[in-house]
Amino acid sequence: METSFGITGKGYVIIAADTTSARSIIKMKTDEDKIKTLSPHLLMAYSGEPGDTVQFAEFVERNIRLYQIRNLYALRPAAAAAWIRRALANSLRSRKPYGVNLLVGGYDTASTDPHLYWIDYFGAMTEVPFAAHGYGAYFALSLLDRYHDPEASLEEGLAVLRRCIDEVAKRLVIDPGKYKVKVVDKDGVREVEL
Amino acid sequence: MLHQFADRFSTTSAQSELRRAQALAADDEEFSDAAWGSEAGLGSLAKGVPSFSVPAVSDPSAFLRLHTDDHADPSCRIKIKHGTTTLAFRYQGGVIVAVDSRATAGSYVASGTVKKVIEINPYLLGTMAGGAADCQYWETYLGIHCRLHELRNRERISVSAASKYLSNLVYSYKGMGLSMGTMICGWDKTGPAVFYVDSDGTRLKGDLFSVGSGSTHAYGVLDQGYHWDLTDAEAQELGRRSIYAAGHRDAFSGNTCNLYHIKEDGWHFIGNYDISKMHYEGPGNVPGAPGHGYGYDIRVEGRSSADVAPVAA
Repeated sequence: METSFGITGKGYVIIAADTTSARSIIKMKTDEDKIKTLSPHLLMAYSGEPGDTVQFAEFVERNIRLYQIRNLYALRPAAAAAWIRRALANSLRSRKPYGVNLLVGGYDTASTDPHLYWIDYFGAMTEVPFAAHGYGAYFALSLLDRYHDPEASLEEGLAVLRRCIDEVAKRLVIDPGKYKVKVVDKDGVREVEL
Repeated sequence: MLHQFADRFSTTSAQSELRRAQALAADDEEFSDAAWGSEAGLGSLAKGVPSFSVPAVSDPSAFLRLHTDDHADPSCRIKIKHGTTTLAFRYQGGVIVAVDSRATAGSYVASGTVKKVIEINPYLLGTMAGGAADCQYWETYLGIHCRLHELRNRERISVSAASKYLSNLVYSYKGMGLSMGTMICGWDKTGPAVFYVDSDGTRLKGDLFSVGSGSTHAYGVLDQGYHWDLTDAEAQELGRRSIYAAGHRDAFSGNTCNLYHIKEDGWHFIGNYDISKMHYEGPGNVPGAPGHGYGYDIRVEGRSSADVAPVAA
């Protein structure tokens, strides 16, 4: 039932994730933040196996921070995504793999363009203009094929995100509830209200 | 004569324990620095990290799964105690913790007087759902480390840090058969706090949680009656009423309800309430009590949904 979306537009990436924490049929929490800010221009939405998600996200968070402290500059989105993918791929071949799916979105301040990476727990990674994880993907990807515009302004991008969220709420048996939405662009990371 | 001989060569007597300890201490010329607390106070414990003995099989966790109960195999050899209702919530006046006291093994009520609230220290409470032994052992263990934190840092551990210690610990045993769903509750610098921690490594901060087979029933009453500005009497009554609801509807919960209230000066035990008694007579003369039984038939006695018959002219 966990759902997350990523949408790129003119100079920005939007990352959205639902905020419910469920255990079997019970919602244990409805305001959980599942999007981590990894560096000034990098966001990561995570979902999957309970327990693994937060442990892996905090592991990534600290390593990205460590790189920044050691080198005085942050990893660019492509390099960060590659490192994260490798961490998952190594984990998959260990005794106890992390079962975590990710969307990594960042703004590359050197080449001044937004990047969005879709990563699953098998360590498969692909760079995409828009992405979704969870049951929401079944509804939203076709919708985004139809409505996504790489040159959309932030307002237009958020309007498309609104369409995705509304569609999932309308057709999915279980409504994922409220979403947390974060944007990364040349000015850095910020949270937005839909 | 004979027992002197036995003492000298026995491997289990108190004297041989002492002999062994002396031999161990004699190995080093002096006690190493480790004995004086330079290793975070843990250096004086037995050599190496504490460890468990596990079954001598290639995959201990698969072995455990084979011999303990799950939904698929009710006829297994070892039955782990399951079935519980526990709840905790944060409000204006502190934290309320309420639990039932029934332990079941399959369909058998193994005990009706279980203490499911674990008193970690005067400011921290933990609740018990899932494996009773797992909760009891690891929450007591957590208590040891909370005390060590106090000694090292001259400051009480925060509820957040304590719960994270436990969640990291159980996460390191993930997939090995631990079963616990617990709420770590307390009062620290930040005020009242409740954290949900379970054996798959989930840790959630929140205002209101309920755990166990009866949790859905408890949530039904709790969610509807909850708001931040509850008075102490209202809050205690809500905790009691919610556990009653679960004890009444869930076959695996019941017997009695234990109620705790955490305030700025630490936790207070409020009382133990018989659930059957609450059904017929209510909780007795306590703050917040409605003055009658909680049971539906008692609550609606004398009320009828039939239309009043038209009066003959």
